[in-house]
Amino acid sequence: MKRPAAESKAAAPPRRGGSLAADPRFRAFVVQAILLIAIVWIGWTLFENIRQNLAAQKIASGFGFFGETAGFGISQTLIPYTEESTYGRAFFVGLVNTLIVSALAIVFATILGFAVGIARLSRNVLLARLAEAYVEVLRNLPLLFQILFWYLAVLGTLPGPRQSTPLLGAVYLTNRGIIFPKIGLEPGSGIVFGALGIGFLLALILRFLQRRQMLMGSERRSFGWLTLLLIVGLPALAFVLTGAPVSLKWPELRGFNFVGGARLNPELLALLFALSTYTASFIAEIVRAGVLAVPRGQTEAAFSLGLSRRTTLRRVVAPQAMRLIVPPLTSQYLNITKNSSLAAAIGYPDFFYVFAGTTLNQTGQAIEIIAITMAVYLAISLATAIFMNWYNRAIALKGA
Amino acid sequence: MKRMFCALFVLAGFAVTAPAVNAGVLDDVKNRGVLHCGVTQGLPGFSSPDDKGNWTGLDVDLCRAIAAAIFDDPNKIKYTPLTAKDRFTALQSGEIDVLSRNTTWTLSRDTSLGLNFAGINYYDGQGFMIRKDKKVASALELSGASICTQTGTTSELNVADYFRARNMKYEIVSFTTADETLKAYESGRCDTFTTDVSQLYAMRLKLGNPSDHTVLPEVISKEPLGPVVRHGDDQWFDVVKWVLFAMLNAEEMNITQKNIDEAVKSPNPEVKRLLGSEGNFGEQLGLTRDWVVRIVRHVGNYGESYDRNVGIGSKLGIERGLNRLWNKGGIQYAPPIR
Repeated sequence: MKRPAAESKAAAPPRRGGSLAADPRFRAFVVQAILLIAIVWIGWTLFENIRQNLAAQKIASGFGFFGETAGFGISQTLIPYTEESTYGRAFFVGLVNTLIVSALAIVFATILGFAVGIARLSRNVLLARLAEAYVEVLRNLPLLFQILFWYLAVLGTLPGPRQSTPLLGAVYLTNRGIIFPKIGLEPGSGIVFGALGIGFLLALILRFLQRRQMLMGSERRSFGWLTLLLIVGLPALAFVLTGAPVSLKWPELRGFNFVGGARLNPELLALLFALSTYTASFIAEIVRAGVLAVPRGQTEAAFSLGLSRRTTLRRVVAPQAMRLIVPPLTSQYLNITKNSSLAAAIGYPDFFYVFAGTTLNQTGQAIEIIAITMAVYLAISLATAIFMNWYNRAIALKGA
Repeated sequence: MKRMFCALFVLAGFAVTAPAVNAGVLDDVKNRGVLHCGVTQGLPGFSSPDDKGNWTGLDVDLCRAIAAAIFDDPNKIKYTPLTAKDRFTALQSGEIDVLSRNTTWTLSRDTSLGLNFAGINYYDGQGFMIRKDKKVASALELSGASICTQTGTTSELNVADYFRARNMKYEIVSFTTADETLKAYESGRCDTFTTDVSQLYAMRLKLGNPSDHTVLPEVISKEPLGPVVRHGDDQWFDVVKWVLFAMLNAEEMNITQKNIDEAVKSPNPEVKRLLGSEGNFGEQLGLTRDWVVRIVRHVGNYGESYDRNVGIGSKLGIERGLNRLWNKGGIQYAPPIR
């Protein structure tokens, strides 16, 4: 009784022609299963080997180091950090430094890049040529060279703190960076800033109402003086009532350095200048390509409809050009974040330098730290890409 | 980027090498016919290439002595210049056999980095260099100063301790390579440059006008510098350790490059044991009986190496100080060969 059943099972595949091995779907499944097992096995072997070899050489492993005292100083800390802080804290200090320089460089590179890109298309020959020269010089020199140029040849040749003379009364350009007055906050300053915020908010509401009135066709009234009063008067009133809690702290030379004021380190400035100007040269070309790729017919059609040059550019050319510009622009933004790791050359304490550099050297845990470093850069890049892809979809042609 | 590759190397190295079973480093070096030695990127007196491209220095001499003991040829060495930051990774990954790069012996490096210090070939301490026109006479007057140093060094940590303990403010600016650090100091980015005192003297020679700069009298730390090997190969550890001891013992017995041929005939049993005419001490190490003869003939004893590279006879002109032999008022002391 059993045999027929078994036979019928075995007999099923031949109906599709030949044995089980001849079934393409079955073969595909087997091949993939073998491949998967092989990959898992290789991965496991690698992991096991690493573990055993580290143990054999008695090299520390694991993630316990995050809680230990770092012991080294960092020159730029935007979140509180001292030598007594942990490696975990140092990790975030470095991360913040990378994010801040990348974000600033993205903003400046975009502004400069768009300006230069549009200047290259200008009918003014001098302007177009200057923009062309800018692009060709900056994008053809290695970035590391440019960073060192800004750091050593430009900022490094500024006078020392004792020799410097103030610009505009209180801004000092020195080889220790740019030193300027700091806004000092005492208790009660929150109220002043709150008043400033409320003033702005009210002014915005006012403006909204005014626009609506215009659209509705009612009589147009000017609120200019009221807006001014809200933005300036309200915080000024709060300032006086709370006893002047906000003041400017002037830098003053004491001993080796200035104390009192705020300072932008030359390492940050050099990296920021170099990253912004270098990437701007690529963005300029992307912008130029995007604008030129909009068919001429579009412009001509707009002109023949009687649209002004300005409106044509804003309403016809720009929206179509942006669709071409955004995807390559995303790549440039990703490059900025990654290129910021060249900071090590001039001692700017970015994430790579603090974590994959000093922390790695002191803890010796290369594997954990390199893995985390890769994950962090990947996360920053993916986040940037996700945002840009969302923006790209938002401006893409709808429907169809 | 180089660091990243280096670290990936370690990863790949650990991942691929067969677990636990490693052929001894000594056998590897013999088969390969060349010693891989990690040195600095150029520190006069310790390890720097001369105008003909030959590496010289106190740390280089140790590598040359090891190569001489193994091959009877001190030139069978491949030098790998390393930054302070990359040096341990290079050793852990097996890129080099021995790290002879003015490296401070500390507990955490000895343990969690998976390394062994084979001895101390230079007793050093950390100091500060400053421009004379700053009119600073003591490190205690450095409050508020900007300080340049190299990252990945004990200097970076000591300076943090020193200022913290004395409640002095400072700004640290640290760079990856010694040259970048020096350039930043020279350009005025920092008021002072801190590292081991011997290095300060060496780096001062690289400045445009060395006499404009002075080294402050304070020595703020202990910096025992020595050669380093990986954990897990005791035979190789012994070889490196005893090559250094042999150079010290040779100096103690007044055996020099000049008198080595007469010394071999000496009836003194201590000298006979050292030079291999009595006992098989070299063979116990996996070397030949005449290993010390080879070392002294090609490289010289410790004192000769010191004088030639960093001592009074050299450009650096550093006093022997602590590095004198124990019986001459210093603390250099090697266990006996017997």
